[in-house]
Amino acid sequence: MKAFMNHLAFEFGTGVRNKNLLLMNYLFPLGFYLLMGFIMPAINPPFRETLIPAMVVFAILSAAMLGIPDPLVNARENGIFRSYKINGVPALSILVIPVITTTLHLLIIAFIITLSAPLLFAVTYPVDLSGFILTFIAMAMASCGTAVLIGVVASSSRMTVLWSQLIFVPSILLGGVMIPYSMLPGVANKLSQILPATHAMNAFRGLAIGLPADFSAWGSIIILVLTGIFGFGLALFLFSWDSRNTRRRGPTWLAFLVLLPSIAGMFFLG
Amino acid sequence: MAIPIVTVKDFRKQYGSFTAVDGISFEIHEGEIFGLLGPNGAGKTSTLECLEGLRKPDGGSLQIAGLDPAADSQKLRNLIGVQLQAAGLPESITPREAMRLFCSYHNVAPRFDLLERLGISEKSQTQFYELSAGQQRRLVLALAVAHDPKVLFLDEPTAGLDVASRVELHSLMEELQAKGTTILLATHDMAEAEDMSDRVAILLKGKLAAIGTPMQITATGAGLTRISIHTECDSLLHPVITFPSVQHFKVEEQYIIYFSQNVGVTLAEIIASINVHKDTIIDLRVERPSLEDRFLEITSRGGVR
Repeated sequence: MKAFMNHLAFEFGTGVRNKNLLLMNYLFPLGFYLLMGFIMPAINPPFRETLIPAMVVFAILSAAMLGIPDPLVNARENGIFRSYKINGVPALSILVIPVITTTLHLLIIAFIITLSAPLLFAVTYPVDLSGFILTFIAMAMASCGTAVLIGVVASSSRMTVLWSQLIFVPSILLGGVMIPYSMLPGVANKLSQILPATHAMNAFRGLAIGLPADFSAWGSIIILVLTGIFGFGLALFLFSWDSRNTRRRGPTWLAFLVLLPSIAGMFFLG
Repeated sequence: MAIPIVTVKDFRKQYGSFTAVDGISFEIHEGEIFGLLGPNGAGKTSTLECLEGLRKPDGGSLQIAGLDPAADSQKLRNLIGVQLQAAGLPESITPREAMRLFCSYHNVAPRFDLLERLGISEKSQTQFYELSAGQQRRLVLALAVAHDPKVLFLDEPTAGLDVASRVELHSLMEELQAKGTTILLATHDMAEAEDMSDRVAILLKGKLAAIGTPMQITATGAGLTRISIHTECDSLLHPVITFPSVQHFKVEEQYIIYFSQNVGVTLAEIIASINVHKDTIIDLRVERPSLEDRFLEITSRGGVR
C-alpha cells in the first residue's frame, strides 16, 4: 500500500510537472473554457445553461483522451514497464494510477469551472450537486477507461494520437458540448450516442442542471460506467510488458468491445 | 565447494525461425563476479532477459537461487537487482523520488546514501531527463542495489561513465561481492571484464565459445606475448630485424612490436642484436595476451576451437 501511495504521489506530481500533462490537464481546458465563456453566451444565449457541464466534459476529454494514452505508450517504448516489472510494480498499478491521478486533476478543474463560471459569465450553478458529481464520476470512468485502453493497444505514439483524436474531435463536435443533441440531424443524432460525451451531456441535463434529458439519463449513466469497466478490464487483459508491444494475452481487435455498451444503448435508449 | 546460485542448462531462445541462444549451459557460483561477453547478436541480452524473468526460454532450464525466473518472477523480485542497458525510468522522476518508489516496491527503507556514494546527491531533485547519461546510469545502478539483492545483473554498467565514476562503480562491485552478492556482468569492455570477473563466458552466435577464469581463457589461445621495444639508434627498425622465435611483428611509430610464444628466447635474441649494433634500450614492454586478444581471436575465428 505504501508503494502504491508513493507511486500515486509521484504520478500526481507528474501531472503538473510534465509540460504536456500540464497542458492537457489544466491549460488547454481552462483556456478553452475562458474562450467559450466569453464568446458563446454572447452569440448563443442558451449556451449559458450548459456552459458548466460542457466545459467539464471538455476538460475530462482533454485530460483523459489527450493526456493518458501517450505517456503509457512512451513508458512502454522506453522500457519503463520492463524496469517496473523487474522491481515488482504490478500491471494494475501501472494502469490504475494514471486513472486516479487524472481524476484528481479533473476534480480540481471541475471545481474551478463550476465555481468560477457563475461569477465570470453569469451562469447558474448546477441545481442537483449529487447528480452533477455522479455524472462527472461516470464520465471520468468512461473516458479514463477508454484512454487507458488506447494507451495499451496503440502500437506507437502516432497511433495514439490517431485513436485519441478519433474520439476527441467528434465528441466536441457531436457530443453535445458545442451543439445540443436535439439540434443534430437524424443519423448524426443516433450515431453520436456512441460517444461518451453525448451520454455525459444527456445525464448532466437530466440529473444535474435542471434541463430535460434527450433520452434516459440513468441509461446514460449505466452506459458510461459500463464503458469505463469494459475499457479498464480490456486494458488490463491486453496489457503487455514488452517494449515492442508484441506479446499480449489476446488480439488487439478485442479493444473494440469497449464500444459494446454504447452500441447497445443506441438500440435501447431511443 | 562453490555453491551455484545461477544455473543455466541447455538454455535455448528463439525469435521465429532465428535461434538467438542455442543450448548453452553454465553455472554461476555464490559471491562470484561472472562476466558475460560476446559481440552484438551473440545472445547475451536474450540470456539476461530470460534470467531476469522478462522473457520465457524456449528450451532448457534456468534457475536463480532455486527459483524459475519465468514461473516465480514475483518471488524473484527481491532476490535480484537489475541495471538495464536502457535507463527505463520516467523522464520527470527525480533520483530521490525514484529511490523512494523502487525501495517501497521492494519493501525496504530508501537508500539515499547510495545517491551520495554514486555522486548524484546534488542532483537528487533534478528530473531524470535533465541528468547526464552518466548520472542516469549511476542512478539506475543505485536503484538496482538499493534492496541488497543476492544476484545483481549489470548490463554495460560503465558505458557513458567517466573515469572517476568507473572507479567508484568497480569499488562498489567489490564491496557487494565481499558481502556475498553474486554479480553477472555483461560488458563489451574487455579490460573491465578481465579486471573484475572471477570467471567469464564468451558467447558467439548463441553458443558458448569459452568459459573459465580470464587467465584460463587467455592461456588457451595462440598465446602470443607482445614485446614492444624502442631503442636509441632504431637499430631494430632500419632495416627491420626479425628473429626465428618471432611469429610476426609490426611497427608502430618508433616501436617495433614482436609477437612470440617463446618470450625468453625472443628477448635474448633482441638483446643480442642490440648489443651487436651498440644500441641502447629506451623502452621495453612485455605484455601477456589479454582477454581482449583472446576474445578477438575467438570471434574472428567464428567459433570454438
